[in-house]
Amino acid sequence: MAKIELRNLAHSYGGNPSGPQDYALRRMDHVWEDGGAYALLGPSGCGKTTLLNIISGLVQPSEGEVVFDGQQVNTLPTERRNVAQVFQFPVLYDTMSVYDNLAFPLRNRGVSEDRIRERVEEIAAMLDLGDVLKRRAVNLGADAKQKISVGRGLVRSDVAAVLFDEPLTVIDPHLKWRLRRKLKEIHERLQLTLVYVTHDQTEALTFADRIVVMSEGEVVQLGTPQELFERPAHTFVGYFIGSPGMNFLDCGLDGDAAVVDGHRIPLSEEVLEAARQAEGRLEIGIRPEFLELTEDSGGVPAEVEFVEDRGTHRLIKTRVGDNELFVKLRDDQPLPAERARLRFPPEWTLLYANSRLVR
Amino acid sequence: MTRNQDPRSAAAPDSTLGTAIRARVPNAVLMLYILFLLLPLYWLLKMSLQPNSEIVGAFTLYPATVTFDNYIKIFTDSSWYTGYLNSIYYVGLNTIISLLVALPAAYAFSRYRFMGDKHLFFWLLTNRMAPPAVFLLPFFQLYQSVGLFDTHLAVALAHTLFNVPLAVWILEGFMSGVPKEMDETAYLDGYSWPRFFVKIFLPLISAGVGVTAFFCFMFSWVELLLARTLTSTDAKPIAATMTRTVSASGMDWGLLAAAGVLTLIPGALVIWFVRNHIAKGFALGRV
Amino acid sequence: MEKTYYPKAWLMVLPVVAIVSFSAIVPLMTVINYSVQDIFGPENRYFVGMEWFREILGDPEIRGAFQRQFLFSFAVLAIEIPLGIAIALCMPRKGPWVSVVLILLALPLLVPWNVVGTIWQMFARPDIGLLGIGINGLGIDYNFTGNSIDAWVTVLAMDVWHWTSLAVLLCYAGLQAIPDAYYQAARIDGASRWAVFRYIELPKMRGVLMIAILLRFMDSFKIFAEPFVLTGGGPGDSTTFLSQYLTTMAVGQFDLGPAAAFSIIYFLVILLVSYVFYQVINNLGKGVS
Repeated sequence: MAKIELRNLAHSYGGNPSGPQDYALRRMDHVWEDGGAYALLGPSGCGKTTLLNIISGLVQPSEGEVVFDGQQVNTLPTERRNVAQVFQFPVLYDTMSVYDNLAFPLRNRGVSEDRIRERVEEIAAMLDLGDVLKRRAVNLGADAKQKISVGRGLVRSDVAAVLFDEPLTVIDPHLKWRLRRKLKEIHERLQLTLVYVTHDQTEALTFADRIVVMSEGEVVQLGTPQELFERPAHTFVGYFIGSPGMNFLDCGLDGDAAVVDGHRIPLSEEVLEAARQAEGRLEIGIRPEFLELTEDSGGVPAEVEFVEDRGTHRLIKTRVGDNELFVKLRDDQPLPAERARLRFPPEWTLLYANSRLVR
Repeated sequence: MTRNQDPRSAAAPDSTLGTAIRARVPNAVLMLYILFLLLPLYWLLKMSLQPNSEIVGAFTLYPATVTFDNYIKIFTDSSWYTGYLNSIYYVGLNTIISLLVALPAAYAFSRYRFMGDKHLFFWLLTNRMAPPAVFLLPFFQLYQSVGLFDTHLAVALAHTLFNVPLAVWILEGFMSGVPKEMDETAYLDGYSWPRFFVKIFLPLISAGVGVTAFFCFMFSWVELLLARTLTSTDAKPIAATMTRTVSASGMDWGLLAAAGVLTLIPGALVIWFVRNHIAKGFALGRV
Repeated sequence: MEKTYYPKAWLMVLPVVAIVSFSAIVPLMTVINYSVQDIFGPENRYFVGMEWFREILGDPEIRGAFQRQFLFSFAVLAIEIPLGIAIALCMPRKGPWVSVVLILLALPLLVPWNVVGTIWQMFARPDIGLLGIGINGLGIDYNFTGNSIDAWVTVLAMDVWHWTSLAVLLCYAGLQAIPDAYYQAARIDGASRWAVFRYIELPKMRGVLMIAILLRFMDSFKIFAEPFVLTGGGPGDSTTFLSQYLTTMAVGQFDLGPAAAFSIIYFLVILLVSYVFYQVINNLGKGVS
């Protein structure tokens, strides 16, 4: 079991970083609680893999500390940290049988053959690999191969955390959900800390209790799927999560309302309270799911550009001044004509200053 | 993202002494091996800059008097420098012919199944195994009878025997790495096959073409037996000039060494151009 | 990749077939034709059937040459392949030195084959060569023109110098193709350096090693120009390899019939051994089920 803390951590691959742009990871403090299932979400190149490799010890951080259960492990080599890592592509020892593949990490650590047999059979049963133990790993399908990679991590009894680096990339779509459920099941059974790197929001939202969103080497938000959806801490999270992402509109402030293109959009008390300290570029953000069409003359007038039928709902692209706004309508709601009025429910209308949520 | 770090050398920092030794040993082995490669070449260069009297006289590790006479002789005596021109001419010709015929064939092997394709491929490769000595006499007679004897084309054609199979082999590897969807998309976009091949496909495998050209150049440049058999004066290669001069005028070590140094230069130039693709090229595109 | 059946693809292969046939089929037919005839002149030839083949296979001198050739080729493989793997493992994987090292390694491959002989002659001669003078300076009596064993070892050293780089470059290409994740997984699994080599690097190099072994076998079995220039086949016949033997027979003595029969046996031996290597290496990695 392990609680993993990152203290003041930063990393740059080149020698002497001269500015923030040279960092693959910018300075961060972060805690992975013991037994949590985390997803690490972000676009390619945002530093997810670097962060993972720092935790497992494959990469030495250039600054800061990695702490496992209160003990600093910066200098502890990978093989002596009790973490396992599963990579994007299944890594197998081609010449070995499935059994030998699973036994490999234990043999390297000098575990007795009896004990190895016990562990391998236990893990194989858990991963439904029992009947292929004698086969050669190289001839199996991608999903079985990836299960072997996971198994090599789990077979060590001292493993406290398993790190997954986009493990389902090469798995057929129809097998993905099965493998993901298997991982979830293992998490519930073994209570390991799991960190799951992905750039796919559905994968992150279905797998994890808590999601860490990264962008350009920074952690921009840590929260439950619901928090990320309802209160994105950063415009990036708003864009990245949801389909389509959150609508953002440049605005000014006037009394109890935000002003967009001359139209007043009332804000909640809570937002207004926080807005007093807000500085810099202001935007309001609202999810397409929360925008409403209204007949009321207080609504913001918008041009309807197109309507797309998406089965369970309709997606409407509208324009307010220079801003594009998406609105999601349930199937049973009436369609607007060329012009419509939009209502911004104050409880879902958030304010962002310099891309960060005002709160 | 971890690409910037060598996973083999990013070893555990807790055994500093151990890793320091482990990191040094490979470097030392590599340096020793390169030293072993360079020593004979250094010796060649050293002799080429020495007058004969000094070569056979006292033993020195470096030339006591540096002279360029040997090189000057080669560059001013037409029987020497035409040898180079002949070699470069037929090697270039061979490279062009090999590439031109191998490109469509490699494409066919990488994209299509057709009657006897596997046997054909294997047959091509067996020609790589044929000892040139086996073909010496028949080649001589064949080229004599078609009137190509002592022409650059004769040597260029003879060298296709081992270069074309090799070129097909390497190019096929590179071409198989280009997804087939690429071809289909191009056809859908209204490209004809020749236009697609030249405008879209060739640029995609340009590294492969460069590497193949390098291999063709190399194997044609280093071959002597066929080249010497198929030429007498007009197309005589430099390598043959070297052997004949030795037997005619005794051992002129300095001149021979200078000629040897000059045979290294074209190859070194060619490898400079493909240096970034060479590792991939040596895996015959199958990496 | 799924390939489509397309009979017209033959048209694309046709130029290759034409050009290689011209250089391979016609001469091969000629050789076969000679091998069954006794030839005294253009108009004066007799069919002798398998006579020449019997004679060649029974000739103790030729058998000796075959034995020497096999011994040499296996010595070449036994030294160059392991050495090539070792050097490839020592190479830097990235950085500014990679290009430099690659170019230096490739240099011997670009030397015309008879010039290789010349270079080694200059290098190894006991009177003017660095190596020859060096070895004698150490108190070891060394003279490759006079002593058979010295000559044989020198030819072998020359071949190692000339061709090990090919094995190095092939292995290096194979190593470069191994994704970093394999090394990272091995570290997480706590694998030793030896285990990484045995279970990751060696299996992943199987394909390139096959190419290296086949090429080195074929080319060393065909070796001609280098030893011819260096030792002229001597002293005695200690470094007379098959190609030189054949060339002397065909061009020097003009024994066309026996030379042609010899050629065919020679060619078939290379084909057969290459095929055996191919099958063995291919099945070595696959093994159980």
